[in-house]
Amino acid sequence: MANKILDIIDLKREFKMGSETVRALKGVSFSVDAGEFVTIMGSSGSGKTTLLNILGCLDKPTDGKYLLDGADVKSLSRNELAKLRNRKIGFVFQSYNLLARTSALENVELPLLYNADVPTKERREKAMHALEAVRLADRMDHMPNQLSGGQQQRVAIARSLVNEPVMILADEATGNLDTRTSYEIMALLQELNSKQGLTIVFVTHENDIAVFSSRTVTLKDGRVIKDVKNENVHSAKDALAALPVEKDDQKLPVEKDDQK
Amino acid sequence: MNVFNLLSLAWKALSRNKIRTFLTMLGIIIGVGAVITMVSIGEGSKESIRSQLSSMGSNMLTIRPFSNSTIGGGARLGSTGLQTLKVEDAVTIQKQASYITDVSPAVSTSGQAINASLNWPTSLQGVSPSYLNIRDWKLQSGISFTDDDVATSSKVCLLGQTVVNNIFTGGENPVGKVIRFKKIPLKVIGVLEKKGENTFGQDQDDIILAPYTTVQKRILAITYVQTIYASAVDEKSSDTATKEVSAILRANHKLKYSEIDDFTVRTQAELISTMSSTSQLLTVLLTAIAAISLLVGGIGIMNIMYVSVTERTKEIGLRMAIGARGIDILLQFLTEAILISITGGVIGVVLGISASKLVTVFLSWPTLVSEYSVILSFAVCAITGVFFGYYPAQKASRLDPIEALRYE
Ligand SMILES: Nc1ncnc2c1ncn2[C@@H]1O[C@H](COP(=O)(O)OP(=O)(O)OP(=O)(O)O)[C@@H](O)[C@H]1O
Ligand SMILES: [Mg+2]
Repeated sequence: MANKILDIIDLKREFKMGSETVRALKGVSFSVDAGEFVTIMGSSGSGKTTLLNILGCLDKPTDGKYLLDGADVKSLSRNELAKLRNRKIGFVFQSYNLLARTSALENVELPLLYNADVPTKERREKAMHALEAVRLADRMDHMPNQLSGGQQQRVAIARSLVNEPVMILADEATGNLDTRTSYEIMALLQELNSKQGLTIVFVTHENDIAVFSSRTVTLKDGRVIKDVKNENVHSAKDALAALPVEKDDQKLPVEKDDQK
Repeated sequence: MNVFNLLSLAWKALSRNKIRTFLTMLGIIIGVGAVITMVSIGEGSKESIRSQLSSMGSNMLTIRPFSNSTIGGGARLGSTGLQTLKVEDAVTIQKQASYITDVSPAVSTSGQAINASLNWPTSLQGVSPSYLNIRDWKLQSGISFTDDDVATSSKVCLLGQTVVNNIFTGGENPVGKVIRFKKIPLKVIGVLEKKGENTFGQDQDDIILAPYTTVQKRILAITYVQTIYASAVDEKSSDTATKEVSAILRANHKLKYSEIDDFTVRTQAELISTMSSTSQLLTVLLTAIAAISLLVGGIGIMNIMYVSVTERTKEIGLRMAIGARGIDILLQFLTEAILISITGGVIGVVLGISASKLVTVFLSWPTLVSEYSVILSFAVCAITGVFFGYYPAQKASRLDPIEALRYE
């Protein structure tokens, strides 16, 4: 089998709130092979974001082991972690986290700024490319507050892709998108996954999104309650084609603003 | 990240908060402006004192008698009553000293100068013709008296401008006229150029010059001299000349090894250095005050940088989450601080120089913008930026990415 890119063993994360301790993760173990497309599901508050933050090397577990590409994350220095986050991981936040008063293009350029391997000249070009991939090229000069929720989410996705990471960690990346755009994003991710072997860990609570992945891990109360291989992976491209064609002539999809 | 990226990042961040950036900068602008203005005022007054003193003849030596013994109950005589300096002393100095160009014995007295119905209280200074060289003093009209006049104690004199203005009516040419000083008629053969006030505020033009023999014999009836003026070959050799003169006078006065000098030799250079050390103190004080305002400006930067780091915690978290290292964040904030201080510094320098010029134009105080004050305050500025920007920047760089991202 392919090598394990992620391997977590009995991962625990506790938050101390005064005298109380919130146990967000109570011992999570699973591993992800390189090139896998995994969705993590679970109800609100089940610990999905907490887990993804640890996988993205943003947060540290209270207890347990996390091996990223064979290396124990605990032993890495701050700078090594920073480099990892920059080159290997593309992170899509549940709350986008775009820089305010900074254009979409500049937001997407941001990870390249911290990548010494990308010369200044190529930065703009790469960022435009990434924005084109999420079909936002015509909004590149807009500030986040001049974009709809769904457009902001797509900027965040473009930002995670721009540095050509080996792994995408996305937290509800289609949470604010309409069906069509969601499918487009999923089609894009599926393509990156199959063509470039990009590993994807995708948090969602929508079943019709999970069908596009090859495996679903379900969390409940900080524990894994289900971990199943998806035998029948749907093609997002086909699903997109099957959608009613009425919106086809529209340049931009209409977003539904259903932030929860 | 290269310098260009850092600068453009810092520029964007600062231009987002224009008013705040400007106010922070204002502290530095005022600080640097004040340092430069104060130093240039200080330097200006120092320079003007120096040039005034050198207008008196910067290589002039003044030799006066000095009481080296006590008489009676131990009271020492003041220099006026002392008769230890003789004309021969001046002659010997002129002959023997190699670092001396001109020597003039001098005696002086005060009294009323009278021309027709006008009279004016002034002082009469008896000197030799070389006195004009020593003082670097030119004649406005007429001629000077000569060594022959000295030899014959002739009754001639040169008038200072103030004396001319007070005993001659406008338009009247004093040259050729005869004035009276303490009943002695003196023929005016020349008028001295205007010299103005000296550093001590004395009117240097309120004087009559005559051959010293004339004053000694015809007016004071004395044989000693009160002062000997001499000029060193140049300003640098003043000290050597002083030593030489002292040695000659000690020999002339037959002083024993154990005896102290019965005369003093003062150089103009000495006077310059005492005077400029006074104004040096002024410069230091003014600069200290200005430096404090620069410090306050620096604290302003530090304060605003702390506020900025706190405000932008989320941004810092995001940058770290997508791969910024601690050093990247540190440099980003440090660049902002330095950009504020350096821009403030540049504006401050321009402002300081303009303020110095305005002080000269409107208050007619002498100012001198010295290169060192510009370079120094600019350097202090940059250091201020680094120093006061460092701690807030370091605080930013040590944030935990996820904590920072969660910050509301
Ligand atoms: N910083 C924190 N301090 C205290 N408790 C926290 C913190 N972050 C998360 N929690 C708690 O941990 C639990 C898991 O939170 P998490 O954000 O991982 O849920 P989630 O599965 O992502 O939910 P959602 O689907 O709503 O995003 C929740 O009970 C939450 O209250
Ligand atoms: Mg969540």
